[in-house]
Amino acid sequence: MPGSEWFKNRPRLLEGVYAGSKLALRVLYPLLKRVLPAGLRERVFVWSEEVSKGYLFNCQMCGQCILHSTGMTCPMNCPKNLRNGPCGGVRQNGHCEVIPEMPCVWVQAWQRDAQMGRYGGEIQLLQPPVNRALQNSSAWLNLLEGVDAQRPSGWTAIELE
Amino acid sequence: MTIPDQTPPATEWDSHGAESRLRQVLEAGHFAVTAELNAPDSADPKDVYANAAELGDVCDGINATDGSGANCHMSSVACCALMARAGYEPVLQMGCRDRNRIAIQGDLLGAAALGVRNVLCLTGDDVSAGDQPEARRVFDFDALHLLRTAQIMRDQGVLLSGRKLTTPPEFFLGAAANPFVPPQDLRHLRLAKKIEAGAQFIQTQYCYDVPVFEAFMRRARDMGLHEKVYLLVGVGPLRSERAAEFMRSRVPGVHIPDAVVDRLAKTPRKGKREEGIRICVEIIEEVKQIEGVRGVHIMAYRQEEAVPEIVERAGIKRERPRE
Repeated sequence: MPGSEWFKNRPRLLEGVYAGSKLALRVLYPLLKRVLPAGLRERVFVWSEEVSKGYLFNCQMCGQCILHSTGMTCPMNCPKNLRNGPCGGVRQNGHCEVIPEMPCVWVQAWQRDAQMGRYGGEIQLLQPPVNRALQNSSAWLNLLEGVDAQRPSGWTAIELE
Repeated sequence: MTIPDQTPPATEWDSHGAESRLRQVLEAGHFAVTAELNAPDSADPKDVYANAAELGDVCDGINATDGSGANCHMSSVACCALMARAGYEPVLQMGCRDRNRIAIQGDLLGAAALGVRNVLCLTGDDVSAGDQPEARRVFDFDALHLLRTAQIMRDQGVLLSGRKLTTPPEFFLGAAANPFVPPQDLRHLRLAKKIEAGAQFIQTQYCYDVPVFEAFMRRARDMGLHEKVYLLVGVGPLRSERAAEFMRSRVPGVHIPDAVVDRLAKTPRKGKREEGIRICVEIIEEVKQIEGVRGVHIMAYRQEEAVPEIVERAGIKRERPRE
């Protein structure tokens, strides 16, 4: 079994898995909704995300996953929680200002985004503020229900302009 | 016991509605000079006035830092309000380290009411860099959320929640850029994103490596970014090679090439201050020639008195009538 770095450095493979999972879940979701009651559904999804995304991305369970727009690299691992990084404090060796032994999440994200096909270039999108109320909820369910796409209404006003 | 009269005093400086003078200078095509105020560890406004007085005559804007390096000083909103009252042109630095989105929007409104027109939106140095590393870091927003939110308040006249403002703030919005740290070949893309989020002017991190900066500007020009934003290059005098070593090892995001440190090390002790100023003047003269550079931002930490000399010697002094 390869370690998670092996996967992280293959963003093309990961984005394929993401796209496949999204499609499969969209198809299966109506059935899942009928079989699993809401509370159990949330628990099952949260558990499976904690295990799978926890292993692969050190997922912080923000509940609004943008991995495919950030080089399949979790931006919530950035100690400053930047969604539009990198900050100006990156060390000359490409490591984090706050945790010197850790490579900057955003330097890696940019490198991996450049290798990606389907979602490559999405790193240039302006990401909205994090909805802190979604912490520890299931990002997949939030995606399927459209919860993660909700923006503060002030933010939406300028997007529509 | 007599209770003091609560009638408010007549305000002589109701500066609401005034325009950003920094913006006017830049729009008129002048080479702008801004400088950084050393925010005092004091509750006395005179300390702000004294520091601003060193800079006021040679600058188009004075930045008040927001707990720079995560060290606590007088708040940037207060420093800016005092400067505005004294007729200076303040630039409010606002970071995301110490406030959540509710406090940020409240402070933006308050600053505007106190006469602040220029806001520099920053991520902020991490608490671990400062003198109280045990503090909680906030980072509810990042610098781009802050920029866009200030833009929404100004242009849409609403808070992020959508709630309407009776009088929206008038802001000239700025952001930082650091072309000198990794990923150097992609830093122009972050600049592009900041412009998209609302940045109208940029103040860069200290520039001691002109070739790296030139490469950054070339890439920015290829995207036409130099025509979308007023870019001011950060510069500053180094007092000695020890100061240089301290800055590049301890201050986040500062890159100083060995050649600069060596030059200071080779200078006799008495001449080090002068050599540091000379390096700073040379860098200003070089970056001034680069297409797309619209001014400089002088950060002379604890050397404010050197700023007028630097401006004079670099040949960028202009008459700046104070209102």
